[in-house]
Amino acid sequence: MKARVVVTLKNGVLDPQGKAIEGALKSLGVEGVASVRQGKVFDLEIEGQDKAAASASLQAACEKLLANTVIENFKIDLG
Amino acid sequence: MKAAVILFPGSNREGDAARALKQATGRQPDIVWHADHDLPTGTDLVVLPGGFSYGDYLRCGAIAGRAPIMDAVRKHASRGGYVLGICNGFQILCESGLLPGVLMRNANLHFVCKMQHLKVERAAAPFTSAYRSGEVIKVCIAHGEGNYEADDATIETIEKDGRVAFRYCDENGALGGGANPNGSRNDIAGIYSERFNVLGLMPHPENLIDPMVGGVDGRGMFASLAAAAG
Repeated sequence: MKARVVVTLKNGVLDPQGKAIEGALKSLGVEGVASVRQGKVFDLEIEGQDKAAASASLQAACEKLLANTVIENFKIDLG
Repeated sequence: MKAAVILFPGSNREGDAARALKQATGRQPDIVWHADHDLPTGTDLVVLPGGFSYGDYLRCGAIAGRAPIMDAVRKHASRGGYVLGICNGFQILCESGLLPGVLMRNANLHFVCKMQHLKVERAAAPFTSAYRSGEVIKVCIAHGEGNYEADDATIETIEKDGRVAFRYCDENGALGGGANPNGSRNDIAGIYSERFNVLGLMPHPENLIDPMVGGVDGRGMFASLAAAAG
């Protein structure tokens, strides 16, 4: 099974990298972009076919390592 | 005092920390590999040195914070043992849950490497008894992710309990503005754990122990630790 985890900064957490990208897009003349927030994408290959077990493993992976839940949210997509 | 310096893949200031400890205590600290499960018997102080553990992959300190030795470090801290995390070591302490909050990318996005003044918020054992409260010291900083952040309730608790160890300031002790090199909340450069036995700070006191490199204001921290641990 394939899974995708998307980690994003929580609302209100300052994202200087996103701000810099936003500025670069403006200077490139790309119009209509109101704001940019940068995040991370993890693609994981899960052993076996047990969706419930995979979901539990992914939850643990996010909470223990992939996201710092002080400042980040995570979203799990299990294919 | 018996000290142990933890070596992670990508640590690079372990030698500086060992030198400062040797100077203050007369005793060479043990260097302990991150994959070990135990600290040497009788360890009084654990130092997590600066560097770029695991190449700063994922988040600074994230992978090192979950290394096998960190369980032993957590046990040491829960017994009241002293833990000092410098720079990447501070990031590791935050990632491992030994200190609250997180070190984010510097607000100006620059890696900042320069001399920096700090205000010693409280002069007390075990880390800062050799300083005076409110004293301004000059050490150095070298980091890209030193922007301390935590939620409002955590910041309030830390401030109320006097757990801010050092704040960035100018040479006269004035806070804010250009004296804050990274956008850190409340100019926080270092914080203590609830029981004041764990300290994490971004600046490098271990590099200011020899007049040849521009000052000795860092010596006080290691002298304080040596006095506290006997």
